[in-house]
Amino acid sequence: MEVLLQQIINGLVLGSMYALIALGYTMVYGIINLINFAHGEVLMVGALTSWSIIMLMQESMTGTPGWLILLIALLIACVVCAALNFAIEKIAYRPLRNSPKLAPLITAIGMSILLQTLAMMIWKPNYKSYPTLLPSTPIEVGGAVITVTQVCILAVTALSLALLMYLVNHTRLGRAMRATAENPRVAALMGVKPDTVISATFIIGAVLAAIAGVMYASNYGTAQHTMGFLPGLKAFTAAVFGGIGNLQGAVVGGILLGLIESIGAGYIGPLTGGFLGSHYVDIFAFMVLILVLTLRPSGLLGERVADRA
Amino acid sequence: MMKEYRLATFLIAALALLVLPLALQPFGNAWVRIVDMALLYVLLALGLNIVVGYAGLLDLGYVAFFAVGGYMFALLASPHLADAFPAIAAAFPSGLHLPIWAVIPLAALLAAVFGVLLGAPTLKLRGDYLAIVTLGFGEIIRVFLNNLDRPINLTNGPKGISQIDGVTIFGINFNRSLEIGPVTINSVSLYYYLFLFLVVVSVIICHRLEQSRIGRAWMAIREDETAAKAMGINTRNLKLLAFGMGATFGGVSGAMFAAFQGFVSPESFSLMESVMIVAMVVLGGLGYLPGVILGALLLAALPEVLRHIAGPLQAMTGGRLDAAILRQLLIALAMIAIMLMRPRGLWPAPEHGRSGVKSKTGVEA
Repeated sequence: MEVLLQQIINGLVLGSMYALIALGYTMVYGIINLINFAHGEVLMVGALTSWSIIMLMQESMTGTPGWLILLIALLIACVVCAALNFAIEKIAYRPLRNSPKLAPLITAIGMSILLQTLAMMIWKPNYKSYPTLLPSTPIEVGGAVITVTQVCILAVTALSLALLMYLVNHTRLGRAMRATAENPRVAALMGVKPDTVISATFIIGAVLAAIAGVMYASNYGTAQHTMGFLPGLKAFTAAVFGGIGNLQGAVVGGILLGLIESIGAGYIGPLTGGFLGSHYVDIFAFMVLILVLTLRPSGLLGERVADRA
Repeated sequence: MMKEYRLATFLIAALALLVLPLALQPFGNAWVRIVDMALLYVLLALGLNIVVGYAGLLDLGYVAFFAVGGYMFALLASPHLADAFPAIAAAFPSGLHLPIWAVIPLAALLAAVFGVLLGAPTLKLRGDYLAIVTLGFGEIIRVFLNNLDRPINLTNGPKGISQIDGVTIFGINFNRSLEIGPVTINSVSLYYYLFLFLVVVSVIICHRLEQSRIGRAWMAIREDETAAKAMGINTRNLKLLAFGMGATFGGVSGAMFAAFQGFVSPESFSLMESVMIVAMVVLGGLGYLPGVILGALLLAALPEVLRHIAGPLQAMTGGRLDAAILRQLLIALAMIAIMLMRPRGLWPAPEHGRSGVKSKTGVEA
């Protein structure tokens, strides 16, 4: 029972990070129908930037409380990522808006490789240990343990989601975003500037990715230039799982995926008599995805999209 | 007049392709190896072009079929299975070394089965959903290859399988140099001719497919699946056929890769490889054979060539920019720059008439 509770806690933490990343994918997809392959790399840049800031601050300002350093690093990472994603969209996606559909996908993949390579040159390819800045004494909950960092991850995720939902559902910008996602041409006729909305979407996605990146690095205690790939891929899976283009779907998909992964990793060994071990955990995401899509091709919460004919 | 001219160009090109390895040989085997690998990539790109270019099904896990072919060859033509299973060692005391005539069809068949297996549950999916499922399929295959060394040692895990036999056709062992009179043909050059032969055969197959009823049906599905269905095309069977055909090409090139390298490990079949093959097809010109070949040659060979001349550059930048990094950097920049300048690829298919749907010829999503 304690094991199950522990796996649920881990799953929720993992899932909330997936959810934040998946939101970035799903928002971009909802508006311009593009799989932003470089999104995972934005997360990596966020984590590594915050790492640099933390190293710098720990050296120059000894005595500053850990949480303050982390907060400042997080904010700077958000700004850097927002600027980066804004630039990516402007350089690599905007000129291709009316091109064949595969063209922006290829530039997105190119961007992803480019960012990884640049990060490797700037930060060197070694693994960096990410310092624990929050109190490391674990809290016990009914036999399972949860660290302060993990509590913060859950809280920050909830806060970010609430802010995002408010932004999308109750502000002028949010309304413009929904309108553009629905029908860019009609939205433009109504006075919405599609370019501004798209830029705003990329900036919001980048901020969420930066937050997730800092969380990911502080939860696992390491950062490296390839760290964005796997969470990016799984978060995209989560977005598809929940129904791509649907914000609630991304959150539900992300959290479910996190739970499935962590519970699956905990139980697959005993269940299969040791035949399959927890090193198969990385394929759960895809197995589940294939199953869900076979039974429900538009995702859990996805709407049935009419064929564009 | 015009016909003679074309014939002359054709003959010159054929001759150039035939003497290319002999001309490169004196500069070192590394250069011929580069050309060999480029030809393998052409083979892969041609296969993927059937799935993505003709039928419009975006497959991001194509490397899985390459892996299936490679491992099939590795298992059936190396001492590994005999080492791992006493029963097989008892039946084949000198290890399992099936001839290439048995292994290649088996590899092709197995890959095709996997292709259909992947295709079947994804029939209803479109565009990006399909992309992510195929991507997941590729990862699943790779994770299994990585972990199937226990409880039974089938794939030898991350260490991979080594000591794979080379190709032997009509008594000619491709791993040794062949001497014909005064000319010595190196092992790498022999493989060059083998791969060139395969590429030529594949181009002919693809070209015939493109012109056939099946090819036209695929293109109809690519342009508009609903309309294609309304015209009486059996979209289910044809999509499965596209997956199977594409996978067969992948399987054969995988087997060739295993024989050529003498070693396979899961590392060679990463997602990045799949992405590169998609990039080759799209950069060159989706659905157009000369474009696909150009894209594959460029992306496969150019960075390798650069790797060989990157030494001075590395010295200049104090080691920060080594050859592997430079290679990645150039691939990334090339992908972005080429797409920005020529969104339909370097050598796109000529458009039929003026249908006015220029921008919609991409993959349906």
